[in-house]
Amino acid sequence: MFEFFKKKKPTPNKKQRGLSADLGILVFENTSDVIQAENALKRAGWSVRVMGPPPSIQTGCDLVIEFPLIEELNILRELDNANVSPLKVVPVTAPLLEPVSLFQTKDFGDYLMVRAANMKITIGKKDTKIVNISGGGCPDVPYLAREMIGKTLAEAPRPRDLGHTLCGYALELAYEELLRK
Amino acid sequence: MIGIVGTVPDLQLPLIHGKARLVDHHFEIKGRSIAINRGTPALIGAALKASEYVRCPETYAFLVGDTGKGDGSRKLYDFLTQHLHEFEFKVLTFHYLQPDVDWHNKVLFAVESMQTRPILIADAGFMYAAKMSGQSESYDFFTPDAGELAFLADELAPHPFYTRGFILHPRDNIPDLIRQAYQHQNAARHLLVKGESDYIVHKSQVVQKVDQPCFDAMEAIGGTGDTLTGMLSVLCGADFKLTNAAILASLANRWSGHYANPSPATQVIELIEKIPQALVGMSKVRNRKGTN
Repeated sequence: MFEFFKKKKPTPNKKQRGLSADLGILVFENTSDVIQAENALKRAGWSVRVMGPPPSIQTGCDLVIEFPLIEELNILRELDNANVSPLKVVPVTAPLLEPVSLFQTKDFGDYLMVRAANMKITIGKKDTKIVNISGGGCPDVPYLAREMIGKTLAEAPRPRDLGHTLCGYALELAYEELLRK
Repeated sequence: MIGIVGTVPDLQLPLIHGKARLVDHHFEIKGRSIAINRGTPALIGAALKASEYVRCPETYAFLVGDTGKGDGSRKLYDFLTQHLHEFEFKVLTFHYLQPDVDWHNKVLFAVESMQTRPILIADAGFMYAAKMSGQSESYDFFTPDAGELAFLADELAPHPFYTRGFILHPRDNIPDLIRQAYQHQNAARHLLVKGESDYIVHKSQVVQKVDQPCFDAMEAIGGTGDTLTGMLSVLCGADFKLTNAAILASLANRWSGHYANPSPATQVIELIEKIPQALVGMSKVRNRKGTN
């Protein structure tokens, strides 16, 4: 999810992206808006990635979207079309926090558990039915568990569609890792 | 009374507060029936179940519907800042709430205005906010799992989601992470670190490591940390010395797993139902009871 995608839209190459001055961040009111904006931008083929905000604007449960500054107007237009506008656009002047990218997998025999950051999701191997979701501390975790447990990976709603917080986002990463297994 | 503050994943639930009472697989509060499942309802369910067997003050809950957008949490924070001084609790436990540093600080300020300062326990989202606020040392207990301990140990991480990679393999280095968390003033006076082995810590010293009975499957079951925090709250409220309360809560949680014969598909309500059996079975260790 955090890999740069290079589909429809022209984007700076890695060398061009080396300087943080080339990059900006989109700051939203809440994590739900970030997830919605990321979905809209990626659907449209934009090269963006979700990162942690700089300390000066952290409030506790934050994500921002990093993007090539040169594309600011086009990206803002795309977001306007999707009805999700950022609170502000800020140039990147210091390294941003990297979200967790390590996964841990535990094989219980009939069940498989994947952990991403503080979130764990467990499925039955035979039917891919989600049997448990654990970890996390944000209020969407019990909600996501209620909506997903008892359904197969194919049937269950995706955490990125229902989740609103970093815990929900971490669960999406664990879910995607399970899809790759 | 012990006070429990948290959320329920039901947007129809307005802000309610009152004494909670166990009724079958539900608890009742202010005429509403709430199913006991993972999250704060599991914590309350475990606390009420444990209260049947441990002489403990009544359980008073502050609840609101929130599915992650944080609106409910903010309503609850606002209410607490205005009214907390009207209540008296022996223990006050904060649980699944939207992490928000500004609101955390206002609530902690309101706690300081209470006539008697309660034993303060922070778990889940409120623990994240407490760490990020730099006021961890104001709390009597944090109850992190191993991943959350890594987050406490990482002085730069604002949420477990950003814990740096070199810290992320915590299972083998729990004592180091405990040391780092205290070194950066990111730990409460006591820690109950939940995991394959539970670590009970007081002021950076590991007082006891509890690792029996042990069931791998417990790691997968959502809500086992909530039940542990629920029992810890009750045992602290029942005048156990704080470190002993943590040891007993850890043992009781493990024994409830033992009696439930868990698999990774077991649901937390099955463990909660075994809490009385676990506590009765542990009566031999009741002589640990002391004073704070």
